[in-house]
Amino acid sequence: MSTAPVSRVSENPWLQAWRRLVRNPVTVAAMMLLVALVLICCAGPLFSPYHPNDQDLELKATAPTRSHWLGTDTLGRDLATRVMHGGRISLLVGILATAVASIIGVGYGLIAGLSGKRVDAAMMRLVDVLYAFPFITFVIILVVIFGREFWLIFIAIGAVEWLTMARVVRGQVLTLKNLEFVLAARAAGAGFWHILFKHMLPNVVGPVIIYASLTVPGVMMLEATLSFLGLGIQPPDASWGVLISEGAASMETLPWMLIGPSVFFSATLLALNLIGDGLRDALDPKSTQG
Amino acid sequence: MFRFIFSRVLQGLAVILGVLCITFALLKNAPGSPLQSERNIPEHIRAQRMAASGLDQPLPVQLWRYIVSFATFDFPVSVRTPGRGVDEIILEAFPVSAQIGLSALVIALALGIPLGALAALRPNTLDDRASMVAATLGICTPSMVLGPLLALVFGLKLRWFNASGWYDADDWVLPALTLGIIYSAYIARLTRGGLRETLAQEFIRTARAKGASEMAIIFRHAFKLACLPVLNFLGPTAAGLMTGSIITESVFQLPGLGQHFVGAAVNRDYDLAMATAAFYALLIVSFNLLVDFLQALLNPRIGFKA
Repeated sequence: MSTAPVSRVSENPWLQAWRRLVRNPVTVAAMMLLVALVLICCAGPLFSPYHPNDQDLELKATAPTRSHWLGTDTLGRDLATRVMHGGRISLLVGILATAVASIIGVGYGLIAGLSGKRVDAAMMRLVDVLYAFPFITFVIILVVIFGREFWLIFIAIGAVEWLTMARVVRGQVLTLKNLEFVLAARAAGAGFWHILFKHMLPNVVGPVIIYASLTVPGVMMLEATLSFLGLGIQPPDASWGVLISEGAASMETLPWMLIGPSVFFSATLLALNLIGDGLRDALDPKSTQG
Repeated sequence: MFRFIFSRVLQGLAVILGVLCITFALLKNAPGSPLQSERNIPEHIRAQRMAASGLDQPLPVQLWRYIVSFATFDFPVSVRTPGRGVDEIILEAFPVSAQIGLSALVIALALGIPLGALAALRPNTLDDRASMVAATLGICTPSMVLGPLLALVFGLKLRWFNASGWYDADDWVLPALTLGIIYSAYIARLTRGGLRETLAQEFIRTARAKGASEMAIIFRHAFKLACLPVLNFLGPTAAGLMTGSIITESVFQLPGLGQHFVGAAVNRDYDLAMATAAFYALLIVSFNLLVDFLQALLNPRIGFKA
């Protein structure tokens, strides 16, 4: 920073955070890994000669060969294509469910934190109650009510994963709302929604980004759990959770069916976790957690 | 202190009541009924069985009956399992889950705390890096991958344990190891964070200045405060582990509680679903109470404020 020209009194804090982020070699490596995984999953199936659900019953389950890089499953379907296709589903669920959780959590936390003591207390008691809820029952009932359609699964997952986000945002708002600039805005006649959108929202973006990046792997794990139990993505489509559960069932004789999807899933979780750590270091330099 | 405990217990009861109300509302909005899988029973028998379980009553009456029956420990008999009270079902499965959950917790603490402490005491060394890489890898390994791997290596190849099932006295080892390894990774990270933050504080510098030995600083001064993040994490985690991890139970085919959380919801078994939800909430609330209590003991800055 000492080489920066003197005339630049203050630099955009987001730019500073970005600089800190790309200075961390682990984070950069994780970002590259994630981009590579996303590219493989999105573009891979376009170049694959196989369709993920096409069966080749004469082939049955074969170990990896030159024409089937990750082998085939018991119905002779090309595993590489299925893993790439499943990755699209898993990543999409991860991103969309995190978006749902973030929108609910941020909205709830902002309103609870900025409202008066009574509303705040009532809203946070509801969060306490939901924390004491067996999430698996909750998700299953939601899936049962809404049906097992793909676009409802991430809503069901998002509906249970917003609680911590709400707490984080509310905590942030409570410390922010008595600072001078908010008092000044209020004295100038700013209303509830004006303060909420203009003064609170921009100031909670940092913690929200950190927490959202750490929610994605959690959400993907939850989707895998549901799919593992047969309550998530329905056949013949498959997410990584479905492929792993199929692989786990026959791992003794057909180990490649477990290895391929597991490596992709774990690598994605690893990249996301490392990026989350990097974001926390970059956006919240005081934190020594982790 | 008694006021503190009293008010927390009251709050906990309110939380359990809330959980019951929400579970009830969700269940009653879900399509289907507890007897949907038994297709070939005449309509009047179906009605009779529903009536015997009180499922023909108005909804508020049903909810009230659940609350009263749980509060008085006079548990309902599920319409799906005639002759067996839901308490019987839960008490049969709970010891399995509790044994595995507690062992997993012990494994997680025994692995995670030394690993995290090692990393925090030698920041930015190879030890620190290596243990944090191990911890990050642990977090990224789903139990649905680690469980089958352990079953494959120690069950099918080495034949040290049964690969699945609940027959022998040592069948808890592999499931507990699966969960313990994964949770030790979280605990290692939290220990490292907590200890590093504590060691940077003024009172540690004071202790150093007055010449306390490194051992005394870590164990007498720093450790109490450094435990707090771990303790916070342990409350809900312990409750979750003891009520059974559904993935681990299905990988190792264990007769634990986790299957009932899924089964009750899938089968719309209202009585069992209400009972498992109440049981889970009771455990969560109890462990959180315990954590709050220990936190107040360990950190005088928090104290017993009601």
